[in-house]
Amino acid sequence: MTDEPPFGDTTTAPFWEGAERRELLIQHCEACGAHQFYPRPFCLACDAPDPSWTTAAGRGTVYARTTVHIPVDPALEPPYVVGLIELEEGPRLVAALHGDPAIGEPVRLGWREREGAPPLPVFSREEAAD
Amino acid sequence: MVTEDHSIYVAGVAEAPLGKVPDHTELSMVALAAREALAEAGMTLREVDGVFVNYMGEEGSIQVGEYLGIQPRYADSSDLGGGSFEAFVHHAMLAVAAGHCEVALIAYASRQRSRRNRAMTFAQDDSLMGQFEAPYGLPLAIGQYALIASRHMYEHGTTPEQLAHVAVTAREWAKRNPKAWSRDALTVEDVLASPPISEPFHKLDCCLRTDGGGALVVTSAARAKDAPKRPIRVLGAGESHTQWHISQMRDLTVTCARESGRDAFARAGITPADVDVFEPYDNFTSSVILQLEDLGFCAKGEGGAFVEDGNLLPGGSLPSMTMGGGLSYCHPGALGILLLVEAVRQLRGEAGERQVPDAEIAVAHGIGGISNSAAATVVLARD
Repeated sequence: MTDEPPFGDTTTAPFWEGAERRELLIQHCEACGAHQFYPRPFCLACDAPDPSWTTAAGRGTVYARTTVHIPVDPALEPPYVVGLIELEEGPRLVAALHGDPAIGEPVRLGWREREGAPPLPVFSREEAAD
Repeated sequence: MVTEDHSIYVAGVAEAPLGKVPDHTELSMVALAAREALAEAGMTLREVDGVFVNYMGEEGSIQVGEYLGIQPRYADSSDLGGGSFEAFVHHAMLAVAAGHCEVALIAYASRQRSRRNRAMTFAQDDSLMGQFEAPYGLPLAIGQYALIASRHMYEHGTTPEQLAHVAVTAREWAKRNPKAWSRDALTVEDVLASPPISEPFHKLDCCLRTDGGGALVVTSAARAKDAPKRPIRVLGAGESHTQWHISQMRDLTVTCARESGRDAFARAGITPADVDVFEPYDNFTSSVILQLEDLGFCAKGEGGAFVEDGNLLPGGSLPSMTMGGGLSYCHPGALGILLLVEAVRQLRGEAGERQVPDAEIAVAHGIGGISNSAAATVVLARD
């Protein structure tokens, strides 16, 4: 049916709706200017309620990374790389890494399709990004 | 008139059956350890009026209380992960000092090895973890700690060899402990040649996965004074926690051992230089390096070199992981209780071939959660 509930919950659904459009949405506090991820119904920096949403530029740097060599999830064939990305706007998020970028290297956002769920962010070296 | 002694003591400790334990339940293991620890204190289960447990099922203190026949005046099933037991010493010392209970039993047992029930990752459910971190396939706890180690290596030049030295150090101690799970010779090259798991970790950078557990009795000076075994004084304790998701960790190279250690050392009236024995939480090799730095045994970034220089080895300046640690002795899912058991035995002079000569002050440091989420530090002393 068309009345499927949105992916996520009230607070996180806008993120996943953005993901469906291949846009990385993060929260932005109008009161203090802070950006935050994951989403919350208040600003962690200044405690103001109802942060708004903004589309991240999709650029960041690799803050930490690991190559996983053991089977964890049937959908993921090892070895694969998982990174902690520091977005240009400030917040960090866990994401898949493509093309083996090193810590400190600039990376750009792409998306990876999933069965039955919105796509997931994946980051690649700036020049290699699609 | 004699002034009342308000000091708090660990009056008994015991290990539960360790290694592979196919023939017990977690509750029967806890019962064995609790009775043995209480016997060291000259007490029985009848005298316990405070129960402190974690990972013993839903409403853990209720389940353990029923099994042991204890109706407590004070109960605590706080979950700070594997470091809960150091936090429990903190809580128990306050509860006993306030007169809210007199004989506190801290206990734990796990059969994670026999049950093979340890999850490899979080479910991709509607939790924040399920939505935002689980889908990327970080192997549970290993992947989060690997990210932490990768950042420490990037910022401070910590090397895979230095990480391997932690595992080798643990093994050197385990060779001196007949109860240790892994006692064969181990070199840095062996660690580096073991299969990669989640870089920078090789198999031998990761702790064992064994059954095991233990028990601890915390009580007042008055109740401890007749114990058949030497009671060990709790000088100070501290605890804290920061984040659950790795994305929320402000600085991957700094843990809340800074706060738990600062508080514990200040309350104990000591500095890191006063510590004779250190029992760090060695779930992964890199964790020991971060704890050394954050507790102030060396400067930030120097933990790798501090280990490589042999300071933690038998005869070193800071003997650490003296029973062989989670890396070589036993890691029953939550290691914290066994760090306390070993610290007490070292201070009593009961550690046999691995005894640190004249040990007077020991620190047990527990960590918990999946990414240095929580920390709790206990300072113990021989009177």
